[in-house]
Amino acid sequence: MPKGMFVDTSICTGCKACQVACKEWNALPHEPGHFRYNPVEKRPIAVNFTGNSYDNTGAMSATDWRQVRFIEQFSEDRSRARWLFSSDSCKHCNDAGCLNACPTGAIVRTDLGNVFIRQDVCIGCKYCIPSCPFGVISLSEVTGTVYKCTLCNDRIHNGLGTACAKACPTGSISFGEVAELRNAADKRLAQLKGLGYGEANIYGYKEAGGLNVFYLFLDRPQVYGQPEAVVVPQQRLPVSSAVTIAGALALGGAALVSFRERGSRENDEEVKK
Amino acid sequence: MGSNMAECHPVAFRWPLKAKTEHGAVLMHVDPRFTRTSALCDIHAAIRAGTDIVFLGAIINHVIHSERWNTDPFFREYVVNYTNAATLIAPDFKDTEDLDGLYSGLSPDGKSYSNATWAYQREKPPVPATKEAKTFTDLLLQRIPGRPKTDPMLRNPRTVFRILERHYSRYTPETVEKICGCPKEKFLKVAESLLNNSGPERTSNITYAVGWTQHTVGVQIIRTAAVLQSLLGNIGRPGGGVLALRGHASIQGSTDIATLYHSLPGYLNMPDARKAHESLKDYILTEAVPLSTSYWGNYPKFAVSYFKAQFGDAATRENDYGYDYHPKITGDHSVMPMVIDMMAGKIKGFLVMGQNPAVGGQNARLQRKALAKLDWMVVRDFFETETAAFWRNSPEIRSGELKTSEIKTEVFFLPAAVVPEMEGTFTNTQRLIQAHDKAVDPPGDARSDSWFSFLLGKRLKELYKDSTNDRDWAIRNLLWNYEPDPAEAAAWRIKDEPSAYKLLKEINGYTWEDGKPLPTFANLKEDGSTACGAWIYTGVIPEEGKNRGKSRKGDEWISPNWGFAWPANRHIMYNRASSDPSGKPWSEKKKLVYWDPEADSGTKDPAGKPVPGKWVAPSGEGIDFQPTKAPGFRGKENGLGFDWLGGADAFIMRPDGKAWLFAPAGLVDGPLPAHYEPYESPVKNLLYRQQSNPVAKVWNVEGNPYHKVADPSYPIVLSTYRLTEHHGSGSMSRWLPWLAELMPELFCEISPELAAERGIRNGEHVTIRTARGEVEARALVTRRMRPFLIDGKMIHEIGLPWHWGWQGTAQGDVVNNLSSLVGDPNVSIHEGKVFTCDIRAGKKGGRA
Repeated sequence: MPKGMFVDTSICTGCKACQVACKEWNALPHEPGHFRYNPVEKRPIAVNFTGNSYDNTGAMSATDWRQVRFIEQFSEDRSRARWLFSSDSCKHCNDAGCLNACPTGAIVRTDLGNVFIRQDVCIGCKYCIPSCPFGVISLSEVTGTVYKCTLCNDRIHNGLGTACAKACPTGSISFGEVAELRNAADKRLAQLKGLGYGEANIYGYKEAGGLNVFYLFLDRPQVYGQPEAVVVPQQRLPVSSAVTIAGALALGGAALVSFRERGSRENDEEVKK
Repeated sequence: MGSNMAECHPVAFRWPLKAKTEHGAVLMHVDPRFTRTSALCDIHAAIRAGTDIVFLGAIINHVIHSERWNTDPFFREYVVNYTNAATLIAPDFKDTEDLDGLYSGLSPDGKSYSNATWAYQREKPPVPATKEAKTFTDLLLQRIPGRPKTDPMLRNPRTVFRILERHYSRYTPETVEKICGCPKEKFLKVAESLLNNSGPERTSNITYAVGWTQHTVGVQIIRTAAVLQSLLGNIGRPGGGVLALRGHASIQGSTDIATLYHSLPGYLNMPDARKAHESLKDYILTEAVPLSTSYWGNYPKFAVSYFKAQFGDAATRENDYGYDYHPKITGDHSVMPMVIDMMAGKIKGFLVMGQNPAVGGQNARLQRKALAKLDWMVVRDFFETETAAFWRNSPEIRSGELKTSEIKTEVFFLPAAVVPEMEGTFTNTQRLIQAHDKAVDPPGDARSDSWFSFLLGKRLKELYKDSTNDRDWAIRNLLWNYEPDPAEAAAWRIKDEPSAYKLLKEINGYTWEDGKPLPTFANLKEDGSTACGAWIYTGVIPEEGKNRGKSRKGDEWISPNWGFAWPANRHIMYNRASSDPSGKPWSEKKKLVYWDPEADSGTKDPAGKPVPGKWVAPSGEGIDFQPTKAPGFRGKENGLGFDWLGGADAFIMRPDGKAWLFAPAGLVDGPLPAHYEPYESPVKNLLYRQQSNPVAKVWNVEGNPYHKVADPSYPIVLSTYRLTEHHGSGSMSRWLPWLAELMPELFCEISPELAAERGIRNGEHVTIRTARGEVEARALVTRRMRPFLIDGKMIHEIGLPWHWGWQGTAQGDVVNNLSSLVGDPNVSIHEGKVFTCDIRAGKKGGRA
């Protein structure tokens, strides 16, 4: 039975406890790009103010496997006033582009359904990075290998939930069996629809073969920075293969023609000599 | 209101959210800014900072004139029986309505009030129940006042209710629009929601935090909420109340066990050289007589047991239990005057534990300069805080205002242990005591604050042990018996950590003779046979070896077996009010404590027949009332405490048993809350001629200049506040890279309207200036901030989180360089939530 997480963004307060719990459990250092070393005080000083609402993480990275997004929706007179929060991470897709692209088998799916990068097998080829439709994988300049959320692989294989879900104070992130989580999500969606949240939707039932980490959004997924037409590159494999083969054939044919013509021209030239 | 709960109490905020998602509760947020809390609420009503009393006062006015409140019998029954609405006030009392913003009793210099005219009209005092005066209790019994006069029909114009009605008549939706800048419709939506969610079947709660306290009218804002909730019947009932969110993990505990200078543990008053406190008898008469017809009638028992706990065998009846040797206060020793005294060279030494005044103190520049006037300072912390480092790298050192070589302060920096490195308890917002274990020894020389205090006390006692000076009696005789049993320290490297159990047992109280813990404060005696550190905590250790702070059995509701809520595991105070005067629950849905006439009371009448009837609470909630006092019980005219209170007098800590809509005593700035503008405000008070709180604490000293009303140089309103990502002055969070990178730099929240006016661009630097100082921050331009149209004038507000300093891995200017020393007259809290400033684009010193 696959395990996953349901992220109910309607009760997220954007506290970022999930981000810190993730770093703490997974022993991830601070993001080097966020700091500048001060030689006088002999310590790094944070310099990563973004000016983008309360998000100073900016993007997921090899050390930031999780990022809370902050979306401010205000009309000029504030009659429409909404501040949306969403804790984003790897979605552990059923059809995982990264896993498909990995040439060494470093990226695997475990018996619990999570997609896991084996650091000792990764060669840092980066094929997985463009293969992820959500942009959650990053290369570490330190180790030369790629990283993303593991769904707390070590925890969940020892009977614990994920660290972020454990730390979440409001229950916005819940961990469990995907099927059960979907039941809870459907109920919550129906409740919200009843309360007049017409645009509320579940993101992750269909996308990339179904996401084991899925979301309840109050607005369209793209508002939260999520692609609405998710394309896993390998889904296009039959078509792109056919195009490639056709292209190759065409090129080959053209080459044959070309050689033949060239040959005849050479013959002609020889004739001229 | 007055709280950004999701931001500052993110874990507690799960409960309002649970109420919303599982029970359809409506969450409303009234706040100048649109915050993380507003984002999760159903309604956000923006009001100009410092106008809370106008908003709440207008709800009061709306409620008492609403059809629902006047037709549903619940409200009148609750208000007439459980509040002092019907009580008659002295005929010479003058309200703000009569004196244009002032109350009767203002002293000629205008700096303080006498509350003589705020008193109740009373019947003649009864014939005392005793002529003898063998005990302190006898003394109180001889001084029982006459009962307050009332008019239960609420027709008499001198009733509290009629005074209140007149007082709030000018607080209308229109004034809300004009003064708070909140549209009338939005206000009415909030008022109606609150009214419709109150009554026999429903209750509403109002939650606040330092957004309400940090004002020169802080206490009165909270009072307004209490008045409103009493009028709505929302006190003493499940789901009701006025909930104070406490800032730090055990800030409630530290108030209970008296970090406040004027309070002894358990909210007894500190002996005070300015009051009639010459002897223990004087102290008890002064403090207890005005309260003797409430449960405070037991004041002598609480006080004597406290002194017994301090001085043990040396505390005897003959020496007033050591009262004369106990320290007495001689003036206002709260934080702000302390800084001024320090600046004036009156304070020589300073122990700093869990504080960082160089960042967190108001007018922080002044505070840092005051540190340089000390002889010595001890800072105990996890990191070298700005306070510990002020002498070598503070902004004043960098600017040359202070020179390290000229600072005589000797600074001792000692490493402190963190919470998992010690055993102890937390007492949180709902007075819930929860014990925590020690997980690991602290590293190196780091030690807990209790270890430091214990060892310091031991060494001082050693130094003074041979002293024959009378003045050293207290330290020689101080009971200091917290040595751990070998078993308690067996698992640890550190063997001399004081016993957390023994400390808590002393707080709980025990019989002096055999040292047995007391199960309830009803066991306390005034003859020195019991010792008790803080009477409100009695019951947390009901028997030897049992610590109820450790109990962890929760249920879906009251959870009486999760921790221990003082007093006596009562989670909802005054919960007698959850039933009607006859003892029946107001409704099945809101049933909590009620009178069961059939139940066996356990008592027998003189003929030996069992007397049926007692109060019951099936949820396991502690009953905040005498367990067998029938609802119809008539209090004895000349009785003390519970004997005086009747069977429907739910508010047992008040000397009339009622919730106080009108406070005849206890407040220094008026019996009813009235709107005053903040001490620094860009607008005139549009309600009264009196501009600001007349008795606010003001310190006109060098280095603490104030801005004028509507000062053209400082036209912008500034609020300071905290963020989820950091803690207090940042001394715990700015050193941790994981937290530092979440909120790396000081920023200023600015509306696009103000930004356009001042040429400020998002992400760039701005400089904020007051007469006290200047700071530089990054601009965060957001529509979550908004300007307010106040009486035709556009008033801009900006916000600054104050977590930053010059140490740590996240650094920024100290926001409190901007604030001033000015305080609430009741509790001396500063006004960090609202003062005036100016802002411009660019860095400090005109740099781009």
